[in-house]
Amino acid sequence: MQPPAEMVHWLFATGFLLLGLVLLAEPIVGEEVWRMRRWRVYLWPGLAFALGVLMWPVMAFYTNSAIHMLAHGAWAESLMAAGAAELGLARGKLRHPAWRVLTFVGLLVSGLAFLVHEQNPWLFARSAFLHHLLGWTCVVASLIPLARVFRPRSAALQSAFALVFVALAVMLFTDRDVAPVFGHLSPVAGAPHR
Amino acid sequence: MDSQLATPIPAVRERRSARALAVSSLGPLTVLAGFAWAFAQPYRVTLLHPRGESFWWLAIEPPLLVVLAGLAFWLVVARPLVADLEERDAAAR
Repeated sequence: MQPPAEMVHWLFATGFLLLGLVLLAEPIVGEEVWRMRRWRVYLWPGLAFALGVLMWPVMAFYTNSAIHMLAHGAWAESLMAAGAAELGLARGKLRHPAWRVLTFVGLLVSGLAFLVHEQNPWLFARSAFLHHLLGWTCVVASLIPLARVFRPRSAALQSAFALVFVALAVMLFTDRDVAPVFGHLSPVAGAPHR
Repeated sequence: MDSQLATPIPAVRERRSARALAVSSLGPLTVLAGFAWAFAQPYRVTLLHPRGESFWWLAIEPPLLVVLAGLAFWLVVARPLVADLEERDAAAR
């Protein structure tokens, strides 16, 4: 009764898309309007934390290999830590802007987890290509939350941060378990379905 | 007596309405993108032509997930946000 791995990617893509839209809305309206309702302040950190929590069942049920389990576990922890730090900052329990470094760490670990648990080369199949692409996108884009530590009120940085999640969502939605990429599909990948 | 019939609209108000428009269009644009994807790749919507698929293949339809995310953002986040933005604009006038 377990969903295929590609569906897990699509469900996380939905979460990332929602996260991207929420993050994009904040710089458009400005911080003052965004904070007019208290629940909105907790929205994106809460979503990030929830996505971290949801990585645990992925770690527990999709144990293709030890490296998969370790990558998903590290990923879950780093996402939860990033979400928790942002929740603390939103609530006012944490005050120092350096706590935002955990968001940088969260995205960097996410990227490394994507790269580490993909053992096949780029053009093996679509899922392999996307794991490499997603990994490198997260690694490079982790510089954006790092820059936000020093410029937390920059609308340009926040918009760029939001668009990263929208881009990640698009990549995750295009993921298939066995499908060709640019006409390439390794004969050992299996038969593509639908 | 003021003979000027058309009063100039302050630039700030124009910018704010553009902001409201931008926020309120994010949700519908996402929904539209989901429907466009469903039209471009109808085979990704398994419900349209079920052929003995298991539960998950009928429950998880990627283009519909995009529509769902857009709707959730539109109804839960964007609408109250635009209301707050307009309330703040009205208070500032």
